[in-house]
Amino acid sequence: MFTEINTVTLDEPAAEQAAPQPWRAKKRIKGRQVNGTNGSCDTRTEWVDQVRRIRDAQDQAAFAELFQHFAPRIKAFLMKSGSDAALAEECAQEVMATLWHKAHLFDPSRATVATWVFTIARNKRIDVLRKQRRPEPEELGWGPEAEPEQDDVLALQQETAQLRTAMLALPEAQRELIEKAYFGDLSHREIASQTGLPLGTIKSRIRLALDRLRHAMN
Amino acid sequence: MSQSIKHHLTDELLMAYAAGSLPEAFDLMVATHLSLCDHCRARAESYEAVGGHVLDAQPDAVSMSDSSLAATMALISQGAPTPKPARPGCAILPTPLQDYVGGTVDDIQWKPIGMGVKQAILPTSKEATARLLFIPAGVAVPDHSHNGTELTMVLQGAFSDEVDRFARGDVEIADEDLHHTPTADITEDCICLAVTDAPLKFSKLMPRLFQPFLRI
Repeated sequence: MFTEINTVTLDEPAAEQAAPQPWRAKKRIKGRQVNGTNGSCDTRTEWVDQVRRIRDAQDQAAFAELFQHFAPRIKAFLMKSGSDAALAEECAQEVMATLWHKAHLFDPSRATVATWVFTIARNKRIDVLRKQRRPEPEELGWGPEAEPEQDDVLALQQETAQLRTAMLALPEAQRELIEKAYFGDLSHREIASQTGLPLGTIKSRIRLALDRLRHAMN
Repeated sequence: MSQSIKHHLTDELLMAYAAGSLPEAFDLMVATHLSLCDHCRARAESYEAVGGHVLDAQPDAVSMSDSSLAATMALISQGAPTPKPARPGCAILPTPLQDYVGGTVDDIQWKPIGMGVKQAILPTSKEATARLLFIPAGVAVPDHSHNGTELTMVLQGAFSDEVDRFARGDVEIADEDLHHTPTADITEDCICLAVTDAPLKFSKLMPRLFQPFLRI
C-alpha cells in the first residue's frame, strides 16, 4: 500500500509548495534549519529527546528548541481556528507551558511530539475559543518505574512518517478538507464524509502500545 | 476495561472528537467510551496523529514576538496548575463521567420520571444534551423514535431492543429512522449515558417518551 503511495508522492508534489521531501524542507524557521542540525535529533524520533530532557532535567535549551519549532505553528493553528494574533500568541505560550508541565505524561510509543502538541493546542482552542469543557478519557500512565521500549517508540514514529507520506499523496481537495476539519472549520456533521484516511497500520501500532500499557498497569 | 464490547463508535465521531469539533455532550460520550474501549481509543489516537501532521506541516507558521520565550519561561516558573482532585474509584462511572457527576454512582442526582425510571441531566454546553438514565431490571421503555442523533452507552446491566443486546461499554447509535423498545435485562438495573444533538426538541421528547408511564 505505501509503496504505491510513495511512487505518487515522488512524482506529484514537485509542482506544489512542498518539495519532494516536504517534511524535511519545512523544518526551517525564517530560513534557518532548526532540526537535525546538531545530531541530537534522529529523524525517526523527532523531538522525543527534547521532551525527555525537559522531563528529566528541566532542560531549558531543549525547551527552547521545541518552542522555536512548535510555538509559531500553534499560533498559526489557533489563528486559522478563529483567534486573533494577540490571543493566539498568549495561548501558544500557555500550550508550551503545559508541554513543560506535562512532559512526564508524554508517551512516545503512542504519539509523536507533534501529535501530542496538537492535542494540547486543540484542548486550548476548545477551552478558550469555544469556552467548553473537554472531557478526556481516563489517563493511562506508564508510571515512574516503567518506560516504553525504544523499539516501540521507533516503530510508532515510523508509522507516523508513513502516514505523513500517505497524506501528502492525497488529492489536494481532500487534504484541504481534512485540514479544515482539524482547524475547526467543519462541523461534526460535515466531517462525516471525510473518513477513509489510511490509518490501519498506525492504529494497530497504537493498539499494541495500549495493550502493553494495560499489561504493565496490571 | 471490558474486552467484550461489540458496539463501537463510528469513524466520523472519532475523527470529530480528535479534531475537537463535537458538542461537549458528545465529547463526554466519546471520552467515556474510550475509557472502556482500547479498540476505539487506538482509532481516536490515530486520528489525533492526523491532527499532529496538520499542525506540523503548516507552510505558514506565524512568528512569535521576540519576548515570547522569556514570557513562557516566566509562566512555567509560576508552577504547574493544580491537578484535578483524585477521584475515588467507581466501578460504574469512568473518570470523565465522575467529573460531571461530581463523584461516584452514589452521588448522581436522580430525578424520577415514572415506573422507577430515573434520569440525571449533566451540565454540558447547550448544543447537545447528556443525561444518565436508570432503568430498573426488566422494565421496557415504550416504543419511541428520536429527534436528531441519539447515542446510548451502557454503564451497568444491559438492555435489548429490536437491533441487538447492549452491555457495558456498548453504544447504540439511533437516528430518526430507528423505532425501538429497549428493555433492561431482568438480572440487573440498567444505567446508561445518553446524548442527543436535538436539544430544542429535548423538552418535548422526554414527556412524550414517558407519557405511557406518566398516565398510569
